[in-house]
Amino acid sequence: MSDIRFTKDHEWVLVDGDTATIGISDYAQEQLGDVVFVELPDIGKTLEQGDEAAVVESVKAASEVYAPVSGEVIEVNEELEAAPGRVNEDATGEGWFVKLKLTDEDELDDLMDEAAYAKYIKELD
Amino acid sequence: MRYLPLTTDDRAQMLAAIGAKSVDELFKDVPEAARLDGLIDLPRRQGEMEVERQLAAMAGKNIPAGQVPFFVGAGAYKHHIPATVDHLIQRSEFLTSYTPYQPEITQGTLQYLFEFQTQVSMLTGMEVANASMYDGSTACGEAVLMAHRVTKRKKAVLSGNLHPHYQDVVANLSDFGSYKLVTEPPCPKGTEGLAGEIDEETSCVVVQNPDIFGHVRDLSALAEAAHAKGALMIVVVPEIVSLGLITPPGEMGADIVVGEGQSLGNGLNFGGPYVGLFAAKQKFVRQMPGRLCGETVDAEGKRGFVLTLSTREQHIRREKATSNICTNSGLCCLAFTIHLSLLGEEGYTRLARINHANAVKLADALGAVPGVNVLNEAFFNEFTIETPKPGAEVIDALVEKGVLGGVPLSRLMPGNDEMKNLIAVASTEVNSDQDRAAYARALKEVLA
Amino acid sequence: MSSMNAKGRPTGTGAETGFAPHETFTGNRGLVQEEPLIFELDSPGASGVDLDEPEEFAPRLGGVARQGRIGLPGLSEPEVMRHYVRLSQKNYAIDSGLYPLGSCTMKHNPRLNEKMARLPGFGDVHPLQPQQTVQGALELIDTLAHWLKELTGMPAVAMSPKAGAHGELCGMMAIDAALRARGEEGTRKRVLVPESAHGTNPATAAQIGFTVDSIPATEDGHVDVKAFKAKLGPDVAAIMLTNPNTCGLFERDIIEIADAVHEAGGYFYCDGANFNAIAGRVRPGDLGIDAMHINLHKTFSTPHGGGGPGAGPVVFSQALAPFAPLPWIVHEKGAYRAIEHEGESTGQPFGRMTAFHGQMGMFVRALAYMLSHGADGIRQASEDAVLSANYILASLKDVMSAPYEGPCMHEALFDDSFLKGTGVETLDFAKAMIDEGYHPMTMYFPLVVHGAMLIEPTESESKDSLDLFIATLRDLAESAKRGETERFSGAPYLAPRRRLDETLAARKPILRWQHGRNEPASKAAE
Repeated sequence: MSDIRFTKDHEWVLVDGDTATIGISDYAQEQLGDVVFVELPDIGKTLEQGDEAAVVESVKAASEVYAPVSGEVIEVNEELEAAPGRVNEDATGEGWFVKLKLTDEDELDDLMDEAAYAKYIKELD
Repeated sequence: MRYLPLTTDDRAQMLAAIGAKSVDELFKDVPEAARLDGLIDLPRRQGEMEVERQLAAMAGKNIPAGQVPFFVGAGAYKHHIPATVDHLIQRSEFLTSYTPYQPEITQGTLQYLFEFQTQVSMLTGMEVANASMYDGSTACGEAVLMAHRVTKRKKAVLSGNLHPHYQDVVANLSDFGSYKLVTEPPCPKGTEGLAGEIDEETSCVVVQNPDIFGHVRDLSALAEAAHAKGALMIVVVPEIVSLGLITPPGEMGADIVVGEGQSLGNGLNFGGPYVGLFAAKQKFVRQMPGRLCGETVDAEGKRGFVLTLSTREQHIRREKATSNICTNSGLCCLAFTIHLSLLGEEGYTRLARINHANAVKLADALGAVPGVNVLNEAFFNEFTIETPKPGAEVIDALVEKGVLGGVPLSRLMPGNDEMKNLIAVASTEVNSDQDRAAYARALKEVLA
Repeated sequence: MSSMNAKGRPTGTGAETGFAPHETFTGNRGLVQEEPLIFELDSPGASGVDLDEPEEFAPRLGGVARQGRIGLPGLSEPEVMRHYVRLSQKNYAIDSGLYPLGSCTMKHNPRLNEKMARLPGFGDVHPLQPQQTVQGALELIDTLAHWLKELTGMPAVAMSPKAGAHGELCGMMAIDAALRARGEEGTRKRVLVPESAHGTNPATAAQIGFTVDSIPATEDGHVDVKAFKAKLGPDVAAIMLTNPNTCGLFERDIIEIADAVHEAGGYFYCDGANFNAIAGRVRPGDLGIDAMHINLHKTFSTPHGGGGPGAGPVVFSQALAPFAPLPWIVHEKGAYRAIEHEGESTGQPFGRMTAFHGQMGMFVRALAYMLSHGADGIRQASEDAVLSANYILASLKDVMSAPYEGPCMHEALFDDSFLKGTGVETLDFAKAMIDEGYHPMTMYFPLVVHGAMLIEPTESESKDSLDLFIATLRDLAESAKRGETERFSGAPYLAPRRRLDETLAARKPILRWQHGRNEPASKAAE
């Protein structure tokens, strides 16, 4: 399994074999506040890096979640429908959004590792 | 000026506090070329008496529905509104409150919206309803757009017996939104078959019940045909009193129901403001347009209500909103809700029976006039007659005899020869036996 | 000494007992009554109307008669009356207090308007009555149209749009129609919208297939003209601009903006939500505007009614006038006539926005207001609105923080920098206002300033009322700075409800009452 990687738009991706799991960062869930709804893509949909993969909604905001890497949607986190609060409780774990079948591993190189992301969000504040 | 509390002294003191010499200084950002020094060429201020006199003079040139035997319908209906309704909606706390953005001090508005949503769901036989739209026609347009979002398809099939104004509103939105639209020709006999038009590209089929000619139909087979192709069925209910007697669209398989709620609580008002009803299946709720009120609890655990699922709406979603709408028909849905609460189950269903009974009597009376043919077999409180003379001429001649006899269908569908001699006639609880007799007598004279 | 009243009622205050109940048996608190949902008050079989069952007849419903009960509750008239009166008592209203919602214009709603709208000649006429029986109704619409054209200096007006956003849609459709007539509908698809705009602007443009391109604001709260000009091009259909803008400022470069967009071949849509600041002093027609909606429920005092109905007539320039939608009124040979179909008159109407003629009930109210004010009163009202907002800005800017230098127009904008480090946020500050008996100002809008508070007093407040409001906000601001966070963080304490759980409402939406599912509100109802 690879290390977790982050985008500047606060998505994370974790690769295991050719499966990429995607979610939003802890920083992002904190900024959003209580997540009330997550709109997930259809299984089988092909996403290019940077495409809209999902929409996450709090009471007062709706944000698009972009695919950090390209791939085909092979699984979505259906648990989030009944329990969107998972995103707040465990953003980088049980609060995952989508699993993709990774098409281009090299895309991971464009992304930040944990330390770089930590530095990045520190600069944002 | 009686509406302006500030005195000349106040204004001077306030300017001093601001540090401005005159009010003109406050308008200094206005480009010089656009500053008006003098007054616009319009009349000056007037007292209540003068205004009342002028407006009453205009009002006096109209013939109110309540003054004559009155049978005009086609999307707006004359009903009796209990006195309580108009008293309650004029309470300051309802009339002069804004959209309930601060729920702690607008529970009154929020609770009646919640009651309204529940009532509309019950009447239509649907799972959820929103807190109203502008009117029936715009609700219909929004329903089609919603069906496109839900199905991710772009083609709507419209019944030719949908109110022509509603058709126009849908056509307008489809035209500018680059959606496809198939509209069937009108079918005065009410035997239109729409199922054949539904294909794999179709997002929805839109059908009105009772339709513009007054026909009442069972739409279950159409719903099945739509669903078989993955399309939705949108049912338009122009006369909400009809659901006191007719199977609700939800039980016929409708996916979205829209309607005009004017008949409950709201006067004719020459066409507006009215109240658009919008109900749907629960699973589509996040694609619904308009405001939604939901139940929750406050910090002390007490039940309360808030506007909810607002992320669908324009103030958050901006260009990705489900609709650009940010106004509902607040006070009109309050009137609807109060009237329906006064009626209750017994009153509402009885009102519907009275309407139907009156229309049946009128159909028999007019059908007995030589040369007149009633087109409908099944109807609620409105039906279509065919006369040996053009409908518009007949209606004008009836005015001379003091009867407002209905809507010549040529007014709604000009250029369609089939409509030339047809008149839509409505009869509600306000019509007496004398009214009906007067109509039949006048029609006989006009056609003689 | 004459007779003593030993057996009569005590006349002291009773305060000496020290008893102060926090909870009551009923859940009511004096005049603040708990009220169940109407469905929970069902007394089966009861009705608030007396209707006679029709005589036996043979129905002609073609086999679609409703089966089974609907589930509506039965109540008598007094029960219905009490229910809704109690609900009303939980609402704040402009009639009961200052309602400073910026951008919403909560001004006094004269009751003469209501009386006029209820004249049977207006309230009880059908939109499809023969036109010879509604000449006065058509005259009223035509008269109001004349006032709107004169006040805006524009040659045409579409009366039918049902609300502000509907008016925006109408205006943008006319622009699209004009582009089609020029053969440019395929090429001009971009609409420029300032980032401070109302959400309806981008939503409207997107609804009919335009793409939205955002224009930044300058540091002083105006449209960045340079950035705007850089975005102009042959693919630009229009700019949608609010003036006065949502920061409460007049766009001083507006004529330059209009000229630039026209030169680039685009049109100028103006969001007229804030026309109430300039009516009688500035005519939009003199600013180069092509289309602008007018919220009759803001500028011309028709009541907001808890969120509607509104009315949003749209005025048009000469360039867009031919494309105005159906219907409209013409006056010829001494009679009024409603043009309801293409071909009945000149023009190339783009279609129809709504059934019938528009919000007639609102037209009557707006005209009653205009006739009452007259040209002089309308100008004075605008001046008083602007004066009052500037008075608030000047009186509060030392304790609160104003992001932009004045003068402002009809609304004063503050940000949350004065609350920095206090632990109090804009929301808390607003909720504390509720305890002081005020409806909060508009919060978190416009988006261009942090923690925005937008205050619009309107012309309807006396100086005493403004002074008390200012003193209250000063007290709150100072209290926050003193660290009295409790006054804010749990507020409101004294409203019919404390803060409501919006997360719960959105996560588990309950959008209707269902038998046995919703809990009753108070102990007494159990």
